[in-house]
Amino acid sequence: MSTKIYVPCDSSAVSLGADRVATAIALEANKRGIEIELIRNGSRGLYWLEPLVEVQTSKGRVAYGPVQTPDVVSLFDANFITGEAHALSLGLTEEIEYLKKQQRLTFARIGKTNPVSLSDYLDNDGYRGLINALKLPQADIVKAVTDSGLRGRGGAAFPTGIKWNTVLNTPSEQKYIICNADEGDSGTFSDRMVMEGDPFVLIEGMTIAGLAVNATQGYIYLRIEYPHAFEVLNSAIDTAYKEGYLGENIQGSGKAFHLEVRLGAGAYVCGEETSLMESLEGKRGLVRFKPPLPAIKGLFGQPTVVNNVISLASVPIILDKGGDYYRDFGMGRSRGTLPIQLAGNIKHAGLVESAFGLTLRELLYDFGGGSASGRPIRAVQVGGPLGSYMPESQFDTPLDYEAFAAIWAVLGHGGIVVFDDTVDMAEMAKYSMEFCAIESCGKCTPCRIGSTRGYEVMDDIINRRDLDKNIPLLRDLCDTLLNGSLCALGGMTPYPVLSALNHFPEDFGIDAKAGA
Amino acid sequence: MTESVTTHAVVQEITNSLKHKPGALLPILHGVQDALGYIPAESIPEIAKALSLSRAEVHGVVSFYHYFRETPPGKHTIQLCRAESCQSMGGKKLEDYIKTKLGIDFHETTADGKFSLEPVYCLGNCACSPAMQIGKDIYGRVSTNSFDATIVELGESA
Ligand SMILES: Cc1cc2nc3c(=O)[nH]c(=O)nc-3n(C[C@H](O)[C@H](O)[C@H](O)COP(=O)(O)O)c2cc1C
Ligand code: SF4
Ligand code: FES
Repeated sequence: MSTKIYVPCDSSAVSLGADRVATAIALEANKRGIEIELIRNGSRGLYWLEPLVEVQTSKGRVAYGPVQTPDVVSLFDANFITGEAHALSLGLTEEIEYLKKQQRLTFARIGKTNPVSLSDYLDNDGYRGLINALKLPQADIVKAVTDSGLRGRGGAAFPTGIKWNTVLNTPSEQKYIICNADEGDSGTFSDRMVMEGDPFVLIEGMTIAGLAVNATQGYIYLRIEYPHAFEVLNSAIDTAYKEGYLGENIQGSGKAFHLEVRLGAGAYVCGEETSLMESLEGKRGLVRFKPPLPAIKGLFGQPTVVNNVISLASVPIILDKGGDYYRDFGMGRSRGTLPIQLAGNIKHAGLVESAFGLTLRELLYDFGGGSASGRPIRAVQVGGPLGSYMPESQFDTPLDYEAFAAIWAVLGHGGIVVFDDTVDMAEMAKYSMEFCAIESCGKCTPCRIGSTRGYEVMDDIINRRDLDKNIPLLRDLCDTLLNGSLCALGGMTPYPVLSALNHFPEDFGIDAKAGA
Repeated sequence: MTESVTTHAVVQEITNSLKHKPGALLPILHGVQDALGYIPAESIPEIAKALSLSRAEVHGVVSFYHYFRETPPGKHTIQLCRAESCQSMGGKKLEDYIKTKLGIDFHETTADGKFSLEPVYCLGNCACSPAMQIGKDIYGRVSTNSFDATIVELGESA
């Protein structure tokens, strides 16, 4: 019997050489006349161990990593095929602490299965949610999602069930489901991991959304920076059509749902839902005024559900195990689990899915192992480029939407970017202004002009020119952005800028007292 | 002459095969850029006509999106991540090194036409920062050494 060997096809694993390792393993096995079945799985999300090679043994899957091509011969010499010891041995995959401590609901299959294999998906609880949904009245599907307490994982944390209910109750011949796969936030990659590592779960979630609100057409708006995800999604969509999981008659139910992937073109603002819809309609991505809400008048003027990848990928397990099951995880009004992404200057960068409530400190040190450089961690930016910088004194904050809001920070899409003590926070603030200027859609003056002005002021501050005038000017500009912007790009750029200024005034040439 | 004839044929084929789609403009522009490497000025009137848009509207869309380019790229386009996670791992130093090494700034192409350099704001490879993408190939934990090795490899095959 041939041995199953897993080498991830996830693009971060590939960026570290996984393709070369896979080829080397196949060649070496061939050379030695050993029969293997090489499976390209998703990533477990333990990126400091990638490429992580796993071997199926009678005791379970055994892991080795990080494996580079020169290690392959010695792995064979050590008989890794039967799970024998080697310098890169990590033991049973499921027993690795980092993984074992997690609560993987949305990511339950990722890393275990071949992402494009429908039979792997079905063998691992796939499409159980859809089968349940097909038996339920629409209002009950929506109710399950409402009961789960799921809030949008794209940033704004709006309750998903309430959004769906609005679309369900807005009559129209044509409605749409849009998956927001623009994942523009720096420090985030959970959407990418889902699309590359378990595309069927997203397809299933969107199909359930379609059934729930009576929408027959779905679009995945995918950023152009994710070419691997594009291929995997298209392959899975093809299979789903062939096997009757998409199309005119889903699993013989007589109900239809169609799905297509559309590519963005490198504009951060197109992750904002109304800009995204303009883009899907073939226009410049200018943000629309709200109201009308997209749920009432969205894509092509029709009622539209727009949800993030993780929100939609969390729906199948809710419909499979029930809203209560999901809601029992979490704290306060933050229910369920959040796939957290540990990124930047951190030793154990990767994906941690866990119920809300872990503290930043637990994530940074217990999971993350401290900084990658070995120097003290000075600041973390949570929630993408529009998220606040948080100093050590805030590391005991639990991951909870309200706890973050209370200290003028955001959880957003769950990305945590770590900086050691070599960071210059004034430079980071300057970059935030520059990013806003580059990515502004141009519709409002504060955002378009104010960000460029902010960049210049930061330059003056960094060069210690006229601080008495420029620090108040920076604060004024931030006020204008906060109050005079149509969307969060302009409206939240002050979060990283002011948090940097308030928590790290010394980097702006002022002492702590003056900064406060 | 031959070049513009091919451009014309390519644009026409792509436009005809996609213009029926709702919101067809972005798919068409992607098709053209995939085939030709950029969106030639002479393709704009044709696309506009097929979609019953004005030339200004099509041009407005092309210029809005950072990814669409109106000039031919080098043989290899290097997309270097400038965003926060990559900065936290020395991305700025890497950026300076690459610019000096190639002798170009962002949005420029080397004189031998081999490399174009474009900034990108996150590649979703933030667990392996700093990151870059060349064509569809992604690279993580890029160092000055690994960058050199990569361009030697690509340069030789160029
Ligand atoms: C500038 C800007 C960029 C955004 N980018 C994204 C993104 O890349 N992905 C995403 O899901 N939501 C993004 N959002 C939030 C969306 O507007 C919207 O709230 C979300 O897609 C709704 O889905 P959810 O309720 O499932 O989170 C962005 C918002 C703004 C203002
Ligand atoms: S805040 Fe900026 S990005 Fe948002 S709508 Fe206004 S100009 Fe556009
Ligand atoms: S910030 Fe550079 S890859 Fe995400």
